[in-house]
Amino acid sequence: MTTLQIDHTSRWFGNVVAVNDVTMTIGPGVTGLLGPNGAGKSTLINMMAGFLAPSTGTVTLDGGTIWRNEGIYRHIGIVPEREAMYDFLTGREFVEANAELHGLGSSEARRALATVEMEYAQDRKISTYSKGMRQRVKMASALVHEPSVLLLDEPFNGMDPRQRMQLMELLRRMGEEGRTVLFSSHILEEVEQLASHIEVIVAGRHAASGDFRRIRRLMTDRPHRYLVRSSDDRALAAALIADPSTAGIEVDVQEGALHIQAVDFGRFTALLPRVAREHGVRLLTVSPSDESLESVFSYLVAA
Amino acid sequence: MYNPTVARLTYRALLGRRRALILFVLPALLLVIAAAVRGFSGADDQTASDVLGGFALATMVPIIGVIAGTGAIGPEIDDGSVVYLLAKPVKRPTIILTKLIVAIAVTMAFSAVPTLLAGLILNGNGQQVAVAYTIAALVSSIAYAALFLLLGTVTRHAVVFGLVYALVWEALFGSFVSGAKTLSVQQWSLAVAHKAAGNDLITSDVGLPTATVLLAGVTIAATWYAGRKLRALKLAGDE
Repeated sequence: MTTLQIDHTSRWFGNVVAVNDVTMTIGPGVTGLLGPNGAGKSTLINMMAGFLAPSTGTVTLDGGTIWRNEGIYRHIGIVPEREAMYDFLTGREFVEANAELHGLGSSEARRALATVEMEYAQDRKISTYSKGMRQRVKMASALVHEPSVLLLDEPFNGMDPRQRMQLMELLRRMGEEGRTVLFSSHILEEVEQLASHIEVIVAGRHAASGDFRRIRRLMTDRPHRYLVRSSDDRALAAALIADPSTAGIEVDVQEGALHIQAVDFGRFTALLPRVAREHGVRLLTVSPSDESLESVFSYLVAA
Repeated sequence: MYNPTVARLTYRALLGRRRALILFVLPALLLVIAAAVRGFSGADDQTASDVLGGFALATMVPIIGVIAGTGAIGPEIDDGSVVYLLAKPVKRPTIILTKLIVAIAVTMAFSAVPTLLAGLILNGNGQQVAVAYTIAALVSSIAYAALFLLLGTVTRHAVVFGLVYALVWEALFGSFVSGAKTLSVQQWSLAVAHKAAGNDLITSDVGLPTATVLLAGVTIAATWYAGRKLRALKLAGDE
């Protein structure tokens, strides 16, 4: 039980399309589901977790339909994004309850709590836990039955760097053991550090798929737009356009600025200060004008 | 069809919340009223019936039913923690049935027991008044718990709707529109109480056969539909 198959799946809410004709296969190892907020990552994960029916298409685990199939949860562990989790229980009581619901007992709960290193706080009420501790107890509750598939929705949100590293280490280990680990994130660096495979979702569509080097290259190679103000815009523009790293420069007289489109990110960032110095032009403002995650991702859709 | 873990979580959620205070306050109020009435006007069968019918059965039982019925599942659906129950190899109807049993048990414990005690204080169960109202409280606990559990799976504002039904429909509307009385859990349970008392101190606008059928029908239909709702529960995503 290790391969999640999403086949021509769409999901809409009223006339809002959250997931649009997505097809992907997620196998053993760690896969990152990357996309900006609101891209449909949670909707996709909720369908894989059996909490949401696809409007069209199928979501299956090794051929078995996930929606309305309680038995499938013997193989799937879920770490939801939302915080709420029976705060009136202690960590141990919570994980034990999860174990019991799987027909298991306190020894499995103990093992799961040990895996996430939460034994030291297991007898405290969950309401007293920090965000990172909650996340670990959620992990323990998802691992209690040794699932072959682990789904995590934005697991690193609100974690401090040390907790983040611990969780990454744990997920990496799960992946190496041959489990299918899928986590969502809107932060490229997170996904890049952990996932051997990346699926990118933008505006409900499957935008890219592959290993992180390919995705990274797509992201850095895209045309970058800059807004530059200087002591002599025209002289700077003339000098810059001679270099192949720039594809276009617009002199915006009203704004008193240059809109520069660079095609070779690395080369352009080295070129700009050098050219300015050589021509005795003072740079007043250099700001990327489309660094928003949304524009980065939408470039990927086109690629 | 009963899962002890689900039951344990539900009991603790129900009794651990601040809302649970009402579960203790209302029965206490009933006992205080009963003691006061007995103290001021002595034991009187008609007065006993008026207090138990007017406060215990018409107000206290439905409110406790609302708290226990909606509280057994509503908050979990609201805050999303119900996923920990749903993401388990446990049948959804089992989850609903277990929660219903807990809601019924809590409603019965906090409504029927104080009703019996208040009846004993008021007139020492003269004319079977205390026992009859206790039976009515037990019977209506089942129907209220099922109705309000369903409400908890359908709407986020289950408590408000529940209170509106309990107080406006059953208490107010019923006294103006006679047809509304036929569709009232309170009247159905009064029909049962009337039979149990065997006298005319307790009367109902509904006959016993109709009342029995409606009580059973509402309970079963509400439970079935709640199970269905849970099976296809759409968790409000954050997106």
